[in-house]
Amino acid sequence: MSRAKAPAANRLPSGRWSDRDTVILRLLLLGAILFPVFATLVTGGSGGALINTAADAGVYVLLAIGLNVVVGFAGLLDLGYAAFFAIGAYTYGMLASSQLFGSPLHHEIHLPFWLLLFVGMFVAAGFGAILGAPTLRLRGDYLAIVTLGFGEIVPSIFRYLGQGSVLGNWTGGVNGIAGIDPPSLPFGISGPWSGEALRILPRFDFVDPIAYYVLMVILVIVGVVAATNLHRSRLGRAWMAVREDEVAAAATGVNTVAIKLLAFSIGASFSGLAGTFYGAKLSLVSSENFAFVVSVTILIMVVLGGMGNIPGVILGALMIYYVLFNLLTNLPDLTANAASTIGLGFLNASHGDWPGLHDEVQRMNFLIFGLILVLVMLFRPQGLLPSRVREQELAKGVSEQAVFDLREES
Amino acid sequence: MATEQRILLVDGLTKRFGGLSAVDHVSFHINTGEIFALIGPNGAGKTTLFNTMTGIYSPTSGTVVFEGTNITGLKPYRVAQLGIGRTFQQIRLFSYMTAFDNVRVGEHSRMRAKVWDALFKTRTARNEEARVADKAMELLNFVGIQQHAHNYARNLPYGHQRRLEIARALASDPHLLLLDEPAAGATPQEKRELMELVEKVRSEGVTVLLIEHDMRVVMGISDRIVVLGDRSLPGKERLTRSWPYSSSITSTPTTVACTPCMASRCISTRAKSSP
Repeated sequence: MSRAKAPAANRLPSGRWSDRDTVILRLLLLGAILFPVFATLVTGGSGGALINTAADAGVYVLLAIGLNVVVGFAGLLDLGYAAFFAIGAYTYGMLASSQLFGSPLHHEIHLPFWLLLFVGMFVAAGFGAILGAPTLRLRGDYLAIVTLGFGEIVPSIFRYLGQGSVLGNWTGGVNGIAGIDPPSLPFGISGPWSGEALRILPRFDFVDPIAYYVLMVILVIVGVVAATNLHRSRLGRAWMAVREDEVAAAATGVNTVAIKLLAFSIGASFSGLAGTFYGAKLSLVSSENFAFVVSVTILIMVVLGGMGNIPGVILGALMIYYVLFNLLTNLPDLTANAASTIGLGFLNASHGDWPGLHDEVQRMNFLIFGLILVLVMLFRPQGLLPSRVREQELAKGVSEQAVFDLREES
Repeated sequence: MATEQRILLVDGLTKRFGGLSAVDHVSFHINTGEIFALIGPNGAGKTTLFNTMTGIYSPTSGTVVFEGTNITGLKPYRVAQLGIGRTFQQIRLFSYMTAFDNVRVGEHSRMRAKVWDALFKTRTARNEEARVADKAMELLNFVGIQQHAHNYARNLPYGHQRRLEIARALASDPHLLLLDEPAAGATPQEKRELMELVEKVRSEGVTVLLIEHDMRVVMGISDRIVVLGDRSLPGKERLTRSWPYSSSITSTPTTVACTPCMASRCISTRAKSSP
């Protein structure tokens, strides 16, 4: 153990990721770069659907990174996170479509996607602050309930502000906003990868899923870098301090209310970014897409992936996304096919109360999802890739002595 | 005595919880650069007094003036920013943060990096982080637990946790340090070391106010002492009867002159005994 006067040791920020996390993050990045190639090869040239799904999954990755700031770093349980997602998506929907022509403004607004990315971010962050200001004096369960309420109110307001509302038709009500502008670049480059000659295009509209995929990967990278930098800064430490002991943090000179507000706001801004992308890619926003279940899904991703640990949260988001939107939807077919191949084909036929294996599995979809969650949490209660904090919290037989020296480990 | 020498002035401070007066019209002052002890039996309201002074509770009445600024009822983080650091009777560290990070949180209020700086790791932020890291290590060194810098606070031995709390409090550059029973649960050896540490803190120009039960510690290092009496006893009796450690006071070589100042207190001035 080195005597600590050595300046080299001073510079060792203990927030630095352990090697494991750095490696995983690099692998994830490599995977993200290779994925389109892989998808194209596997499907024999028609990997569009896969890439499309991956871009959609990226939305959840971004959301999970954002919620991790609130829940993982600052320890504030937010059950209404989808509200900020909705705010981001609706901001883009309203400011980049014909929607506002029917509103009391009587003018269409078509702002460019790139500007609205920032607008969506700041609007969501603003609402994060507005919600946070009166509620962050609450703690734990009470805060969770208030955010839950907020998560219900926001989609309701968007649903209400449609045709026939007192305030005019701003959001298209239950129909939502359709025909939203896709992002476009002033120029693009076509090439052999898109089956064309190499040349510069005068205008590049996002049509191909690969364009969305690339954009999403860039957004996620930006998100990871931002979250990491914040985590390792004075702010990140203050968040952790508030999470650990609010009274002590305050007595140490941390303005706890402001710090929590900032966590809420910054978390919301990630959600606003994701929402803008989501609205642009889907070209449609509807209040149904931001229900309570979305908030819970994101929370599951964060908790199951490893609260407070960015690579873990990304893995959690990818895994849950895969299970929810791929595995569970395909499971009925998969099991039915599997049953026929191993000679249990009779299970597929329906008779009496038995609807056939396919339908039965379909009915049990969420039972299976629940089982998967329970099993993961049983075997890895600290999450897939926990932060060292959680690892410690759940470690057995903690003694008064130092369990290990973090510096030596990293 | 000139007023600017008085770093802290507490006047008629009262804190009531419903019908119970935990702190009842307490008045005293602390001179700049001294080690001042607050003693009294359990339940006398010493910790409540600390909490009321540092903004964790808002006082029912009375004022606290720190370096000429009225800090009565200010939020805890403001009090800390103005220059009062404190420790807790029940150690309150950030358990799942390293000792090093605990101290760096202490420096939070002396840092200027904004969200922007943090996001983009600007030069301001990087320089500040380097400075803060150096200072945190120095402070860990100062309290003598540098070997634990990268261990979680909760994994530190008890005595070292107390020291870490002091380091964290010192990190915000306080002019006045409030120590709430720093020697509780310590071995005689640890108590001696702790007294040395408190002396060292004072020699760095920090005024110290401490709550302590151990009379050897109190008598060994304090310049002045104030006694908070048991509120259930009336008047003078409160001073004599309620103080269970009076025998140990008189057994020390120095004479303790108890002059009933205000209602329930007794301030003794004496020459410091050499250990």
